[in-house]
This record gives sequence, structure tokens and C-alpha cells, in this order.
Amino acid sequence: MSSSRTHRTIDAIWRMESAKLIAGLTRMVRDVGLAEDLAQDALVVALEKWPESGIPENPGAWLMTTAKRRAIDLMRRTKLRDQKYVEIAHNMDLFTEDDIDQVLDGEIGDDLLRLIFMTCHPVLSQDARVSLTLRLLCGLTTDEIARSFLVAESTIAQRIVRAKRTLSAEKVPFELPTGERLHSRLSAVLEVIYLMFNEGYSATSGDHWMRPLLCQEALRLGRVLAEIAPHEPEVHGLVALMEIQSSRFKTRVNSLGEPVLLMDQNRTQWDRLLIRRGLSALDRSRKQGRPLGPYSLQAAISACHAEARTVAETDWIRISALYEALSRVTPSPIVELNRAVALSMAFGPAFGLQIVDELRSEAALKEYHLLPSVRGDLLTKLGRYEEASTEFELAASMTKNDRERKLLRNRAAECESKITKAD
Amino acid sequence: MRFMMIVKATTDSEAGLPPSQELIEAMQKYNEELVKAGVLLAADGLQPSSSGIRISYPEPGGKAKVLDGPFTEAKEMIAGYTLIEVKSREEAIEWALRMPDPHGYGQGEIELRQVYEFEDIMEDSKTQERETELRKQVEERKKA
Repeated sequence: MSSSRTHRTIDAIWRMESAKLIAGLTRMVRDVGLAEDLAQDALVVALEKWPESGIPENPGAWLMTTAKRRAIDLMRRTKLRDQKYVEIAHNMDLFTEDDIDQVLDGEIGDDLLRLIFMTCHPVLSQDARVSLTLRLLCGLTTDEIARSFLVAESTIAQRIVRAKRTLSAEKVPFELPTGERLHSRLSAVLEVIYLMFNEGYSATSGDHWMRPLLCQEALRLGRVLAEIAPHEPEVHGLVALMEIQSSRFKTRVNSLGEPVLLMDQNRTQWDRLLIRRGLSALDRSRKQGRPLGPYSLQAAISACHAEARTVAETDWIRISALYEALSRVTPSPIVELNRAVALSMAFGPAFGLQIVDELRSEAALKEYHLLPSVRGDLLTKLGRYEEASTEFELAASMTKNDRERKLLRNRAAECESKITKAD
Repeated sequence: MRFMMIVKATTDSEAGLPPSQELIEAMQKYNEELVKAGVLLAADGLQPSSSGIRISYPEPGGKAKVLDGPFTEAKEMIAGYTLIEVKSREEAIEWALRMPDPHGYGQGEIELRQVYEFEDIMEDSKTQERETELRKQVEERKKA
């Protein structure tokens, strides 16, 4: 094997093993920053040795053993002066040469779950949670994270260093929350994953409509979470939502890179495999026998679109009802706006317009370009082209996404041409 | 990127013999690992070719020829597939290497193939567009 190929293989192994490694080591040393350092050290040793010796039979166990030895060395060298190392030294896990395979396979689910609860801890800012999760659970480099968020690498590096320091200073425990706390903490975790996904799915700024790396990682993380926390309906709901949304990847932009709206997408190109996976995740959520939460409800709405072979076949009445339920679980002007769209499709544009008009006084939607955009759409359907054009122009001036702006300007122009024709 | 691990057919799989209990367990454990890593998209085993149908077009532009199984040449047939979503070719190879030997009697063979993705096709059409554009320019220059 050539050395560059060996390096690429080691890189792949690192991606596959790093989260498990860091999770296992965090359990032993109780410090996520130190755990990551130890894991990285082991990686460096692997990079030195493997090109010579070949890749070991079980690379994950090899890395874990190496990292553990480094931890023990480190403690002997510091002679347990430091209080932290005294605490670590009490942890028998570190000193027993247990079956590493067992450690990596058996309890690993719990360790990973603890790690994800830690990286998504509310003591950190939302940005820090996302960066740290991508780093420790997805094994992305700071460079990859920085490029995905279109910020400088140094910003991400600092954010991660500070996040690790905060976790340690605040003594955030490496544990699974129980009872009521589990649910509130879990919703913080789901929020981070969905934020990651959305950041990738519809970029909020710049001319990149999608950043697939973030979507893929969010979806993979969701799938992992569904395996390690299988009895939480909302975890399956979120996975279902992400799978179904991902199924539309190919059709969301045209060959010019411009966004294509759901109604105009070529449904034959939706990824049936992902839709099927989404529907079965939704089924798993329902089977938990609890009322559907916000992610499961949104997934159910997505499923309605996915199951309709044509736009005309869409069950808008059911979608309206699901939005109704969603607005009860998480009341928000944005949900109302979507409900308005669904109602207009089910019962005519006038019904939707009534709700949209009421929403215009909502302070929360003042800067939200989709409000005038939806209003413009409903007005177009009612033949009120002049007002519609003004709304599309307004929406175009509000969006930060270049491609979306172009789309909205085009719609405004279309309305204008209809007015001239009418004249 | 998506990869398909194609498990080749063997004399046993073609004979419809069930795999050993040991292999079934190893495969289940392997699939679990794939699921837990969030990389498994789909996996299925195929029935022997005796229940298969082959459709061929021996004449260019001619009618389809329908042939019932079984087919000969076990090596050219597949017994199952596993579809995974990974970040690199190396990761796909690494996962494929961790799959248990699908036969155990010296006939086991796994083939790893990358699935065409939207980007590949896009890339291709962009290249084609560029090529067409270049050719046009050359033609115009010739005329001028």
C-alpha cells in the first residue's frame, strides 16, 4: 500500500473511530478536552507506525489501547500532583486492561450518548454546541467546520477551545440525564442536530444554496442517536424529517443553481430510498405510543408531500390539520404562516390570505422574507398582480440568499408582465 | 458518497442453502455496527437465480429475450447487497473489509462499487457544456 493511500485509510479509520474513542476516553478521564488530546496523540502514533507495520486487525481497539497507555504515562509523569489527575487515578477503568472490544462495542452506545449530551450542553452557546459536536462526534476538522459555516478557521478553533474549557470549568458531568431533565436536555440535542441540518440545507447567507456536508453529518448523527436512544419518539421524528427532506436534494436547485420550490420540483427524482427510510422512522416514532412532538409532526407533514405522486394529489386537508396540531405544540408565527399556505391549498387562496394579513402585524416576522413572499404568491393566485409584485420586491430586498433574491425578482417581473398584458 | 457492497453468489447460495448460524450471527452483528455508525442505507439478500429472470437483447434494436433461471456461472451473479453512505472511498473499503467472509469455504467475494451521484452527473453535464462551448468557439474562429 502506498504511503499516501495508507494516510487516506488512516484518515478514514479516524473518522470511523474517533467519536467512540473520545467518548470512551472521556468516561475514563472525565475531561473532554484531555480525552480529545489523548485520542489525537494515539492518531499521531498510528500515522507513524501503520505505514511501516501495516494496519492492525482491529484499529479501533489499537487506538484505544494506545490512548489509554498515554493517559497512564501522563499521570505517572505528573505524579498525581494535580487534583484532576488524582480524580482520574481513582478511575479503575483506566488501569484495568479490560477487553477493549467489549468497551468499544458494549457500553459504547451509552458513552456516545453521554458525549452528545455533553457537547450539546446548555452551558454552551448554540454556536459552540454545534462546532463542538461536529468536531467531537462527527470527527470533522476545524477547517471543514469553518468552510461549512463560511467563517475563518481561527474562529472555529477558538470557539472549540473555549467550549472545552467552559465544560471543564463548569464541571459539566459526563452522565445521562434522567427523568424530566432527560427530555429538556434531549430537546437541546435535537435542536443542535436540526440546526446543523438546516444550516446545510438552506444556507442563510452567501450564494451557496446547500452545504451538503453539514446535512450529511446531521443526518448520520440523527441515525446514530436513534440507535442509542431508541425509545425517544422525537429522535425518530427528527430522523424522519431529515431523511425526507434529504430525499429532495437533487430537485431543490435547477441546472443554473437556482432554487426550485417544492411544488415545482420533479418528484420522479426524489430519492425513494430516503423517503422509505423517513417513513419507517416516522413509523418508529408513532410506535412509541406517545403524542407526536414537533419534529414528528413536521415529519408527518413532509411525509404527506413525499407520498403524493403529483402536487395535485397532495392531501392538503391532512397537512392543514397537522399544522393545526403543530401550532398547538409549538405555537409560532412561522407555523401559522405555513398553516396559511396549507389552508389556501386546501380551501382556496382567500382563506390563506386572511391569516397572512393578520400575521403582518407580528413583530417576529418583520424581517422574515417568506411572509411577503407567501403573500405575493396568494395575491398572484387571486389575480392581484400589482400588489403581488410589490410583495415579491419587498421579499427580495429582505432575503440574504443571493439565489433566492433572484428567484423573487423574477416572480415580481412575471407579475409586472401580467399587469402590462392586462392593460 | 454512496457505495454498494455486492456479495457474489456461491454454489451454496445458488443451491438455496441457508448460511451457517455462525455466519448469520456475524452478519447481524456487522449490520448492527453499520446501523450504529449511521452509515447503513439498505441491505438485502437475494434468492437464488433459480427463481430469477434474465432479460437480454441479443439483436441490436431487436426484441427482448426472456430467460428463466437458474443461470450458470455463479461468480457472475450476486447473492446480496449492502448500500452505505460514507465520506470517502477509503472508508467504504474499510467497512467492506469488516464484513464477515460471506461464504467461508473459499468462495466468498465482495465487490465494492460507487453509486453515481447527482454531483457526478452535474459535473459531467457541466464538462459537456464547456466542451460544446469550446467547440463552438473553434468553429467560429475557423469561419472568421
